[in-house]
Amino acid sequence: MYDAGKVVIGLAIFACIFLFPFLYNHGSAAPQPKPSLDTPAIKALPQKKCVEDTKFMITTHMQFLNDWRDQALRDGNRWYVNKEGKKVWISLQNTCLKCHSNKKEFCDKCHNYAGVDPYCWDCHYDPNGSKL
Amino acid sequence: MAARILFPLAVVLAIVAVALIGGSISFLQPLFSVALLYVAFAIFFFGFMAKVIDWAKSPVPFRIPTTAGQEFSLPWIKWAKIDNPSTTGGVLMRMFFEVCLFRSLFRNMRTDLRSGWLIHSPTKWLWLLALGFHYSFLIIAIRHLRLFVHPIPGFVETLDAVDGMFQIGIPPIYLTDLVILLCVTGLLVRRLCLPKVRFVSLAADYFPLFLILGIVISGLLMRFVFRVDITAVKALANGIVSFHPVVPKGIGAIFFVHLALVCTLIAYFPFSKLMHMGGIFMSPTRNLANTTRMAYHENPWRQPPKFHSYEEYEDMYREYMKEAGLPLERE
Repeated sequence: MYDAGKVVIGLAIFACIFLFPFLYNHGSAAPQPKPSLDTPAIKALPQKKCVEDTKFMITTHMQFLNDWRDQALRDGNRWYVNKEGKKVWISLQNTCLKCHSNKKEFCDKCHNYAGVDPYCWDCHYDPNGSKL
Repeated sequence: MAARILFPLAVVLAIVAVALIGGSISFLQPLFSVALLYVAFAIFFFGFMAKVIDWAKSPVPFRIPTTAGQEFSLPWIKWAKIDNPSTTGGVLMRMFFEVCLFRSLFRNMRTDLRSGWLIHSPTKWLWLLALGFHYSFLIIAIRHLRLFVHPIPGFVETLDAVDGMFQIGIPPIYLTDLVILLCVTGLLVRRLCLPKVRFVSLAADYFPLFLILGIVISGLLMRFVFRVDITAVKALANGIVSFHPVVPKGIGAIFFVHLALVCTLIAYFPFSKLMHMGGIFMSPTRNLANTTRMAYHENPWRQPPKFHSYEEYEDMYREYMKEAGLPLERE
């Protein structure tokens, strides 16, 4: 090999960059978080059901909440009719957080895990939380 | 001509179809995620190393730098220190501009015949598209670290926030996603529409473009249209780099399409033109100082020449020469 010293240094840098995630985790996996549904309001529900079905809420809640915001604040329409035809009052504070009153164990758990930083809390505050 | 374009396109579409089917069948999901990723990672890593080492074994007998400016000469002749370097510092500068700013592409020229005159004029499109594409790809790759490592390093979160700073839509549209989509499309259109470029383009040129375009489109679809549970995706990616692979239930088929295309790209990497990632550092036209006449360069495979002196010749044929009466230096 010609210029072996330089080539080895280059390959070592390449290896460090490529292996960074492997070395950083050093063999311990962070398990998938399970958002907690353990709140008094949810426990009191006869049927544990969100506004829409769970799968939809898991994957699409962000877009859903964004649509709610636009509908409530820009169009002034505070009523949402879900897929089952049930009417729901559009409000993060009074509808969502009424049941999911545990922001830390519910919202933050997945958001922190996936590195998502939603700007909900720029305007809203968590009724039971620390941030005003 | 059309087969050069249609064949790679068909291959990419076939990968998409296979991954769509494989990703929809739950018992095949480990094969299409964990197994595929480990194989692709291994091929990429060892293939990349092997290729670079193979290149390093080739001797470079003489300096062959591209000279894009006045070489070092008399003191009153202005020397292009970066474009025609004769020092290590100059070479480092040249490599920096080449690797980070694509200086060679910036020099791209077009040649047209305009009303009988042959005109050379600068054209920056290739440079601009290439720069946008490469930097977007880099930022996107770094952003994806949030799915592989935990806790997420600060620079990844910062990059994520800066990339999505306009907060358009939910989840926010990343600027790099738009730039890469625009640039890859532009680079593809360039190959397809410029007759001279199209003439020299082969299947190996179109294939990476179609693959990358497929990766970008499937990624965008996954983020904005056919959403998947991101925590499940992270559990999978994080499990793979921690060597505790898990395949959580309920990840949509679109994820497996995205992953299959990425794995194809990285497994194909060491065998393709994409190796310019390593090759740019190895290219003698860039990384050598122009000291062809300043310094003595010995041919690396030079063997000491075998001489056959007259004395030895005479020793060999002395008796025959004597018989024939030829004059001898030594009796």
